[in-house]
Amino acid sequence: MSAERIDRVVIVGASLAGLRAAEALRDEGFTGRLTLIGDEPEPAYDRPPLSKQVLLGQVAADATALPLARDVDAQWRLGTAATGLDLDGRTVLLADGSKVPFDRLLIATGTRARPWANEAEAALEGVLTLRTSADAGRLAALLDAKPRRVLVVGAGFTGSEIASACRERGIDVTVAERGPAPLVGALGGVIGEAAARLQRAHGVDLRCGVTVTSLEGDEAGRLCRAHLSDGTVLEADVAVVALGAIRNTGWLEGSGLAAGPRGIAADAACRAFDHNGIATDDIFVAGDVARMPHALFGYQFLSLEHWGNAVEQARLAAHNMLCASRDRRPHLWIPAFWSSQFGVNIKSIGVPTMGDEVVVTQGALEDDRFVAVYGHRGRVIAAVSFDHGRWLDFYRCLIESAAPFPPEFAGVDRPPPGTVPVPACFPDPSVPSHGPTVTVSGYAPSERRITFTPAPA
Amino acid sequence: MTAPETMMRRIADPAARPDPYPLYEELRRTPVARQDDGVYTVSTYWEIRSLLNDPRVSSQTRPPLVPTPSGARSMLRLDPAEHDRVRRIVTRPFGPPHTPRRVFEMRRGMADTVRGLLDAFADKDQADIVDDFAYPFPISVICRLFGVPVEDEPRFHLWTESLLGAADFGAEHKPDPHLLDPDAAKIEMGGYLAELFDKHRKDPGDDMFSALAVDDGPDGRLTPPEQVATGFLLLIAGHETTVNLITNGVLTLLRHPQELKRLKDDPDLAVPMIEELLRYEPPVQYLPNRRTMDAVEVAGTVIPKDTDVNLMLAAGNRDPRRFPDADRFVPDRGDVEHLGFGNGVHYCFGAPLARLETRIALTEFARRVKGPELVADPPPYRVNPVLRGPRHLPVAYRGVRS
Repeated sequence: MSAERIDRVVIVGASLAGLRAAEALRDEGFTGRLTLIGDEPEPAYDRPPLSKQVLLGQVAADATALPLARDVDAQWRLGTAATGLDLDGRTVLLADGSKVPFDRLLIATGTRARPWANEAEAALEGVLTLRTSADAGRLAALLDAKPRRVLVVGAGFTGSEIASACRERGIDVTVAERGPAPLVGALGGVIGEAAARLQRAHGVDLRCGVTVTSLEGDEAGRLCRAHLSDGTVLEADVAVVALGAIRNTGWLEGSGLAAGPRGIAADAACRAFDHNGIATDDIFVAGDVARMPHALFGYQFLSLEHWGNAVEQARLAAHNMLCASRDRRPHLWIPAFWSSQFGVNIKSIGVPTMGDEVVVTQGALEDDRFVAVYGHRGRVIAAVSFDHGRWLDFYRCLIESAAPFPPEFAGVDRPPPGTVPVPACFPDPSVPSHGPTVTVSGYAPSERRITFTPAPA
Repeated sequence: MTAPETMMRRIADPAARPDPYPLYEELRRTPVARQDDGVYTVSTYWEIRSLLNDPRVSSQTRPPLVPTPSGARSMLRLDPAEHDRVRRIVTRPFGPPHTPRRVFEMRRGMADTVRGLLDAFADKDQADIVDDFAYPFPISVICRLFGVPVEDEPRFHLWTESLLGAADFGAEHKPDPHLLDPDAAKIEMGGYLAELFDKHRKDPGDDMFSALAVDDGPDGRLTPPEQVATGFLLLIAGHETTVNLITNGVLTLLRHPQELKRLKDDPDLAVPMIEELLRYEPPVQYLPNRRTMDAVEVAGTVIPKDTDVNLMLAAGNRDPRRFPDADRFVPDRGDVEHLGFGNGVHYCFGAPLARLETRIALTEFARRVKGPELVADPPPYRVNPVLRGPRHLPVAYRGVRS
């Protein structure tokens, strides 16, 4: 143990990462006072089912509570948001005006859904985002009411899973995606094409390369139609805005921590950086809100909105906040996530977005059953499977050992000879993918008009 | 000096059957070892697990140990993509997503069968756990599940025993005179299964074999030879392994009376206890059916291409690098991700069924049988070193609770 006594640990963020960290702290032998602060009123719940089983009516929105792996003997301050952090005074400020002192702080405030940029349109009945269990309950109820059509804005994982649930329930759904294909930001254009085929084969009205320019309500304030950038007007009763997430770092503004829209920067031991770029010794971060370097991926700062990442970083932060400095462990977990949509189990390992090329190594794209491996400058950097997840451990070993790309081996279910790598086709990261676009047209001062294009997918 | 006995031959020696674990410990000293006959053994946990998930390892190319009564291969001896197609078709009438409640809904019937078998214990003060309990129970379950007439059981029992008995594990043993010639058993069993599927095709019930005979899912239907190969596999797997799991369970509990008492007081303990049992005494001790398709490096050793590899599941389950106190039976061990059901694409198909059967059998045994004690320890074992389990398990007791 470190020389300093640690009597009080405070965790801000009482969802998956916060809960797992609390359990890990007790597992590690912490016997002091433990406080968990969360802005949501309900105890920690699992989010992956919210875009899957809950929308299918298989599980109630309020029935995804995370089981406690052990008694954590903590003081829970649920329904109370943290509003500030006093680094020098080692105190967290809460919305109810109270102050909570700490010896060690873990920040696991996660993300929230990126809202529809036009507030009046976002307020229409039938327009919503999906992040919380309350959101999922609302959306499930809207789907129960048999809408004429659901519009999903954005074809990332959440948007695609929502579309899948709609189709499984026999509800007409349009997916509007700014990019060339679904999942293109996470998996690139080649796998995105496979995802597009899957959506269309299941009856999704998938429209790529378009944005939703406005949502229109009726006199009663209910959504009735949507306008797309290609001029299409769609009748729809429900619009789900699935444009990604925003990191919950606003409460840290001015605190002196290196926190911003891209998350809270930390070192590989989960220690938060202050705004000088110096690692703190008493503030740790974990989960969606964290951004930390990974040795295996060129020491790039990775922000990973993955379930497994939250669990892993939580455990690591708990360990590192209690142990002596020489016993600290680095964050070496290989990023991994899964999705389930249109009857296909999608799994990913490594960092596909770093891939410059991709090659199918098992199965076939056109069967919707395959493993595709991503290469980065001649080494294996990631693998993605459609209904082939059992092999990913093998590919994890290739990633961990920096195996040459393309991998060459004789094995089961290999594609025909001559299958070669192709460009992975990720969108150019220098093109801003978030935030509204404003264009100005017209010559005469009286004609000058602004066209507002809301935050695209 | 004569050539040393290979480890596989020593393991196959019936004298090693009651306690093969010292041999496994010896094996683990060289996690990946080439035996004198050229077969590689892999005996440590992480290494076995990695090969079970390695696409360069085939289940298809090595000649089978057990003769099979069909021109087609069962999914146990198929590689993807063929394997995956067959497994999807066979899963359809068995489990989720298509038939999620099949196993769950068998629980009452299972409990009735176990009740009847234990009721019959009341007339005696000693029973053979194999013949009187662990054998008849899963047999009745699979007969119901598959739609096999229970009166045919003695026939397919003899056939499967004769075919399994013909497997050559390299050790000397006298063939059992009661068994059939394996070729005859093969032909008879193949004919029996073909006829059975034919019957189900004409008059389907709500059992699994009927579903396999008539259902057309997105992958189509199995061909008649595939149906026979699948029926053979499922009968053996549902037949031999669960018997051993339940028998090993009773044996282990009688060797750990304090755990038997805990189970009696807390039936929910059965859930983690069965996982520990699958680690501690797995019914499938090793997988003798893998072969490399390419050179594979594991634990610093390169196994050459086209090499037979035995994956020693029971040795990996006792790997101290993976499980602290690995030789101790700890029913509520939290971290118990054993290899008892294998891993990877060939992960035990019947695992949910085996878990439920064993749970019901062991909790009811613990609850009802008063003062059970082993009559002989170790009990006599069956010859087969892969599907390892006692041939008989005589147990004395002082009565049966209702």
